Amino acid sequence: MPFELFVALRYLRDGRLQTGLILTGIGVGVGVIIFLSALITGLQQSIVGRTLGSQAYVVVRPPEEMPRVVEGGAAPGDALRAVETERPPQRVRSIVRWREVEALLERTSGVVGVAPTVTGPAIATRGLGSISATIRGIELESYSTIVDVRGRLVDGTFDLTGFRVVVGTELARKFGVGTGGRIRLQAAGDRGGVYSISGIFDYRSRDLNERLIFVSLQGAQTLFGLDGGVSTLEVKGDDIFGAEDLALGIADRTGLVADSWMAQNRDLLVGLRSQSMSSIMIQVFVILAVALGIASVLAVSVVQKAREIGILRATGTRRSSVTRIFLYQGAILGTVGSLVGVGLGTLLAVFFAGLARNPDGSATFPVALTAWLYGRSVAVALGVGVLSAVLPSRDASRLDPATVIRNG
Amino acid sequence: MAEEPALVRLEGLTKTYGERVVTPVLRGIDLEIHSMDLCALTGPSGSGKTTLLNLIGLLDRPTTGRVVIEGTDTGALDDEARTALRGRALGFVFQFHHLLPAFSALENVMMPLIARHGRKKAWIREKAEHLLEEVGLAERMTYRATDLSGGQQQRVAIARALVADPALVLADEPTGNLDTQSGEQVLEMVRDFNRRLGTAFLVVTHDDHVASACDRIVHMVDGLVDSDRRSG
Ligand SMILES: Nc1ncnc2c1ncn2[C@@H]1O[C@H](COP(=O)(O)OP(=O)(O)OP(=O)(O)O)[C@@H](O)[C@H]1O
Ligand SMILES: [Mg+2]
Repeated sequence: MPFELFVALRYLRDGRLQTGLILTGIGVGVGVIIFLSALITGLQQSIVGRTLGSQAYVVVRPPEEMPRVVEGGAAPGDALRAVETERPPQRVRSIVRWREVEALLERTSGVVGVAPTVTGPAIATRGLGSISATIRGIELESYSTIVDVRGRLVDGTFDLTGFRVVVGTELARKFGVGTGGRIRLQAAGDRGGVYSISGIFDYRSRDLNERLIFVSLQGAQTLFGLDGGVSTLEVKGDDIFGAEDLALGIADRTGLVADSWMAQNRDLLVGLRSQSMSSIMIQVFVILAVALGIASVLAVSVVQKAREIGILRATGTRRSSVTRIFLYQGAILGTVGSLVGVGLGTLLAVFFAGLARNPDGSATFPVALTAWLYGRSVAVALGVGVLSAVLPSRDASRLDPATVIRNG
Repeated sequence: MAEEPALVRLEGLTKTYGERVVTPVLRGIDLEIHSMDLCALTGPSGSGKTTLLNLIGLLDRPTTGRVVIEGTDTGALDDEARTALRGRALGFVFQFHHLLPAFSALENVMMPLIARHGRKKAWIREKAEHLLEEVGLAERMTYRATDLSGGQQQRVAIARALVADPALVLADEPTGNLDTQSGEQVLEMVRDFNRRLGTAFLVVTHDDHVASACDRIVHMVDGLVDSDRRSG
């Protein structure tokens, strides 16, 4: 064991009460940081997870049709002519040469899954009841890489072959149907048909549970008159918060419209950001308090130990060693204190997570206790410990041995 | 003897304290200490004995004059070099025992060597144990410094001063706070180490009995050497 560490440990052991108090202080501080971070990260992950549980990272679709010019009533030959423009009615259209685009997306870095879909509006009816629905035609295999639809199934099977559909719990309730029941789907242009329900999903969103209806890709193509075409390519990326950049890149390379989940959930994102900011603020202030605590304990200890430091210096201890003795103390306090904090924060987080449960058994307040969080906390506390010790250790190394010994 | 370079040579040493009210404490000291000297330093309180010891011990710097140790003029040395020279050539026994209260008797004795060599080593422990046996504290090695009597503490301090094999030990009233019997023990120990190991001692004392037990007595008055004579 290095000489300086040996002395540092002994001093900490010798000042048991001071050491114990400051360790408790650091422990509480680090515990709060861990608890708070775990809780906020957990909540954010569950919110984002819930949002992305039913949504692609990026949705690629064709650009809107350009407004077309309608002749104005002015006389021909005038230099200026009044023109009127008119937006064409937006209909479900296909992405031009979508197979090439799909191949391109699959090669794009940061993309982990691509699924062609046909999405469009239709009226679902049963008897006298009707609901305006969003039809989504998918290939189950590719779409499962984007959204875990099978995991959302609460009844029946996910079978879209033939005239089979999967609907949400809310629609099933409103129509009073279950699996095996039949509904009629009617799209624009008088295309439609009767489908039988093979499965029922629950997206934990009342709106989606009522409106969203899955059919096969071919089924949707027929329904919307898109022979062999797809209206959207849904993309999953490898970085949740990189979705915006990914979308920009895709729009740039394909000339198509690419919307990220982040663009579609601006409010949510602003909420998450300000939550993170306030959490960071709290952490910064806690760290500051911990740093001041360590610094003041060490500063007091320098005064208390002035005579001993003088003796050490007189008996051959280098100035740099004295500095290191106090830096070691800061480092040890930071590390041990943060380990106490890891224990405390974990206990608190686990206890809190166990307090309330959702009906499905998941925690109401999910906590994210990760190795990264632990590692970061210990590293920060170690750094703060050493930094806090810098000033006291400089004081200690500057003590004049002659003076402190004489005044013994 | 006269041919051999002095262990310590002081030339025109002065020390003043204070900036506005200037207090001259040492007013021109010339003195040589040779290896194997057993030298007493006497003088009234406030005559500058401790100040002189601190200068020789490189704990303080003179206002003017030179402190030459083993042929090295120490004025030009930086703190690091002074610490190294001090650790190698000099040992201290302070006026108040000044052991480290957080450490055991054995650790106190080992400390100068641990500091010098960076970590505890087996030979350091053996050497410290051996010295503690010699000062009659074999049974008390693991005691905390604060759990020892004054006389025992002073003996630990002597063992500590000797552990690095210094050429000169500076002892500031080593018997000052001890009863007659403990004082006598400490004095015997000093004489014994001086004779057996050849370690030079500079012993500050108010006690005539201690002074006359030394080979040489330097008497200070008012910051100057008043007399320097062989005793006996
Ligand atoms: N840091 C200082 N600042 C100002 N004056 C000082 C300082 N240190 C010592 N002195 C003065 O120097 C003088 C000599 O002090 P020193 O301690 O050397 O005397 P001493 O001979 O050891 O006395 P004693 O026998 O009482 O131990 C005293 O008058 C003291 O007040
Ligand atoms: Mg004195």
